[in-house]
Amino acid sequence: MPPRARGEIRLFWRTFSRNQLACVGGVVVALLVLMAVFAPVLAPYDPYRIQPDVKKILQPPSRVHLLGTDQIGRDVLSRILYGARVSLAVGFVSVGIATIIGVLLGSLSGYHGGVVDGVIMRLVDLMLVFPRFFLLLAVLAFLQPSIWTIMAVIGFTGWMGVARLVRAEFLSLKEREFVIWSQSIGASAFRIIWRHILPNAMPPVLVAMTLGIPAAILTESGLSFLGLGVQPPYATWGNILNDGQGYIEIAWWLSLYPGLAILVTVLCYNLLGEGIRDALDPRLRQAIGRFVRWGR
Amino acid sequence: MLLYALRRLALAVPLLIGITFISFFVIQLAPGGPFDFLINPDLGRIDPNIIKALQVEFGLDQPLHIQYWRWLKRIAVLDFGRSFAPDGKPVLQKIGERLPITLFLNIIEMLIILALAVPIGVLSATRQYSVFDKVTTVFVFVGFATPDFWLAVLLQILFGIQLGWLPISGLRDFNWEYLSFWKQQRDFAAHLILPITVATFGGLAGFSRYMRQSMLEVVRQEYVQTARAKGLSEQAVIGKHALRNALLPVVTILGLSLPGLIGGSVIVEWIFAIPGMGQLMVQAVFSRDYPVIMGNLVIVSTLTLVANLLADISYGLVDPRIRVGRRVRR
Repeated sequence: MPPRARGEIRLFWRTFSRNQLACVGGVVVALLVLMAVFAPVLAPYDPYRIQPDVKKILQPPSRVHLLGTDQIGRDVLSRILYGARVSLAVGFVSVGIATIIGVLLGSLSGYHGGVVDGVIMRLVDLMLVFPRFFLLLAVLAFLQPSIWTIMAVIGFTGWMGVARLVRAEFLSLKEREFVIWSQSIGASAFRIIWRHILPNAMPPVLVAMTLGIPAAILTESGLSFLGLGVQPPYATWGNILNDGQGYIEIAWWLSLYPGLAILVTVLCYNLLGEGIRDALDPRLRQAIGRFVRWGR
Repeated sequence: MLLYALRRLALAVPLLIGITFISFFVIQLAPGGPFDFLINPDLGRIDPNIIKALQVEFGLDQPLHIQYWRWLKRIAVLDFGRSFAPDGKPVLQKIGERLPITLFLNIIEMLIILALAVPIGVLSATRQYSVFDKVTTVFVFVGFATPDFWLAVLLQILFGIQLGWLPISGLRDFNWEYLSFWKQQRDFAAHLILPITVATFGGLAGFSRYMRQSMLEVVRQEYVQTARAKGLSEQAVIGKHALRNALLPVVTILGLSLPGLIGGSVIVEWIFAIPGMGQLMVQAVFSRDYPVIMGNLVIVSTLTLVANLLADISYGLVDPRIRVGRRVRR
């Protein structure tokens, strides 16, 4: 690692670690990931075990079932722990898909300009005209809803921000001397994009990814809540809430805890993402803008 | 200015065609058809000719590009066809019944958001790092992270069931027709409280943040210093010189967010059983009602396009820099 990069990492770490909220966010996110990975070890019960016993269903939180049981006697705590796996997986994979598409189209657009740029940017405009939730609903109704379709659909409708970000980075980076020098010694476009420009364009992408994961988790849980997302018996935070909706008069714990899990997860990811952004470069504040919930 | 408006308008036309193209093909390429429910062992054997006849009836036997072309010709005159639902109503009529409710709710939401977010944003910007600023910052982060459907369910449990203060679904009471005029209005308002609270919550967080950000940027400008230097009271500096300029980008974003709010009302309308566009969309999606889904998608995205256009043009009107130069990055 060149000394300069090491210095930048040290500078980044110094700014980041001074931001207490961001550190708390980071720690909680790390814990959540561990929780999801070790869900089978941590869960007190089998989240799919049905207990067809009147005394076991819809039990309020107690020492036996810390967060109560649902309408067919499944342990809510275990289901929330397993739900973390689905929610985080959907977050990571769908943001991964969106980032790959966004980086690919954004760098083509920014590097080549002209007609390529025009076509790709019109496509971005077109995708942005659709209220995202309407588009998602329409697409999902006609595919077999499964965890994979959810990931794919959220990914394929969420790449536009990254594409614009990468394009903007490329527009300024391609005028820089190191790019012009490599062009002058005959490096291929692919090599220049991949080796020279892209690594320099990555920091804002990284931040966009960190802020994209909680947005994807919110979207997934909203869809699952409507019954159009990840299907039972898979436990996700959204469909536990969907189950709970039928019992709001007698079983508040089915509604309270999964939502709390979503809230904490999304909150901590946002804190982490904002912290990374502020520490990377104050100028990024403007480049990335405030994260918004509009246009879902 | 006219040239600028025309240029923006010209850019919107291909987008409009793109909207119809994407909506049509997304839905057509998916497996399964609206008559699948007839092929059900519980119903006994259905004569394949009946399904065939139904497909011919609705033009589903034609190749896709012909179906698209026919459909495009019809929507050019705002004919979205008839719903596949048993009532068989024209799609436009169905949407027409629902759209005013959704728009009404969204306009009220926007007014409330504006009325609260502007003072909150200004106060937290002018007193940056004060207790008030910190409290609103916490509120903003929590507001961003709260799933709206969860908030809705919690409020239903608390105010509807535990306390029994407010109705939790629909827009009218069962005995609405028998109430006096004023009681009807009160009943209607009571039904609106929970859905509007939920829908305003997330938006309020976003907009007070925008307002704060925008205000912080404006306060650093030279014309604000000038206003201070010539001895104006702080109230006049903030209330007149700074606020007006800080409102510009925020109002634009508000215009742009209208369709987003409509999209977001899907979940709120579903939970509170409000007969608006969002509920119609979810119902149509569950029953694979192609014409309604397409009509919904086209109308909502066209509304987005129009709102974007209006926001762009009005921004150009109030800020001449936009007309001449490139678009300002938002």
